[in-house]
Amino acid sequence: MPQPLHYLKESPSQTAGPYVHIGLAPGAAGFDIYRQELGRDIAGPNAEGQRIIVEGVVTDGTGAPVKDVLLEVWQADAQGRHAHPEDPRHAEVAQGFRGWGRVITDFDTGLWSFRTVKPGPVPARRALAPHPEEVRPAEQEEQADALGRGHQQVRRMAPHITVWIVARGINIGLNTRMYFDDEAEANAADPVLNLIEQAHRRDTLLARRTGERDGLPLYRFDIRLQGEDETVFLDL
Amino acid sequence: MIRPTPAPAPAEYHQRDRARHPPALTPPYKTSVARSPRLALLSLQQSMSEITGPVFGHTDIDPIDNDLIRNYAKTGDPVGERIIVHGRVLDENARPVPNTLVEIWQANAGGRYRHKKDTYLAPIDPNFGGCGRTLTDAEGYYHFRTVKPGAYPWRNHVNNWRPAHIHVSVFGSSFSQRLITQMYFEGDPLIPICPIVNTIPDPAAIDQLIAPLDMNAGIALDCLAYKFDIVLRGRRSTLFENRLEGN
Repeated sequence: MPQPLHYLKESPSQTAGPYVHIGLAPGAAGFDIYRQELGRDIAGPNAEGQRIIVEGVVTDGTGAPVKDVLLEVWQADAQGRHAHPEDPRHAEVAQGFRGWGRVITDFDTGLWSFRTVKPGPVPARRALAPHPEEVRPAEQEEQADALGRGHQQVRRMAPHITVWIVARGINIGLNTRMYFDDEAEANAADPVLNLIEQAHRRDTLLARRTGERDGLPLYRFDIRLQGEDETVFLDL
Repeated sequence: MIRPTPAPAPAEYHQRDRARHPPALTPPYKTSVARSPRLALLSLQQSMSEITGPVFGHTDIDPIDNDLIRNYAKTGDPVGERIIVHGRVLDENARPVPNTLVEIWQANAGGRYRHKKDTYLAPIDPNFGGCGRTLTDAEGYYHFRTVKPGAYPWRNHVNNWRPAHIHVSVFGSSFSQRLITQMYFEGDPLIPICPIVNTIPDPAAIDQLIAPLDMNAGIALDCLAYKFDIVLRGRRSTLFENRLEGN
């Protein structure tokens, strides 16, 4: 027998079930218990950037809206900075910008929505960076300045929001990403979108700008769990 | 020749062992049939978007939030078996996960949830809300006080009953560690016949969700205790460079 490795094993996932709102959004379940419910304000009042509204529905394999789903989102601020100590620029994130939000669907319609600021581009892995000759010098300089480092070219991912979906019938939370259809140039160069072999499936990750509400850009992002135009889900 | 130690660089988390987790499609759990993707997941090498995640602090929650016996009490204590649920949040390298948000929710002692969609005939307890939350301490410890939830019927096959369980949500240090699971109680005969439990293919993985009775942590003449440790994905050591981003 070889030596044992002694790693612990990750606790297995279980569905969040039909009453996930009790634990994670009790106000929506119909009772107030906490002084404050978490996840309602993603960007805070002081963050710079374009305020936007995103809405959509999650549909099942029959095309019916899933009315008991809970979504969480995670994103960078308008400058591509995460409010997390491992982001080298996290100290510059505006106070009150959390980058994380939690929304549930309307129990009757299945529609969910959230307000936030549009995220900026985030550094990609170096392993996925293009050959240096593919990067224009001006772009290199700008990127180096934005990161405050100055000597290495950095490839950026297109603006995106990480989305996590749990519900009854979903045994392990589904991860996906939401990109913006008005960022065509950045999307075309995005290393994650380009990992999707069937190019037409990349469209399932695009939120479509459909108009305005309350004077803010409104994006529509529908998620299809199964079947035709099934959303691309990720193993992070 | 001794190589210089590279500057600490952000490292990715261990790949999730999806053979240990339930697959998406588990037909005996009927709702999964129409809610499971048919196409393969796209696997990513991690970037800054995956190794970061929300950070919570003591201003987000209140001390009473972890006491389900008191946090919704209106006229007295809730009815039911008084228990402490405690344990540690660790990663696969057995390192504690400190200061992470743990949220729980559950039915009352009769198996009824305080939720507008729950129509089970067992009554609501006027003194029990059924949710709690806390932050782990520097060593990854957490604890709750609650009443033991009852089993309840659900519409899957006509006579399916969930074992007593507490839903548990944990964040970890990054969004890639985000996990929701369920804690079961040692000795419950409903566990082996539950279609949701049995979405997990590996019996050893099921055992990991069963909390043992912990007589040492109970309080004499007051309450029993169950111990439930939670393991999140571990993190690779940066032995060689393969850096996440341009730092």
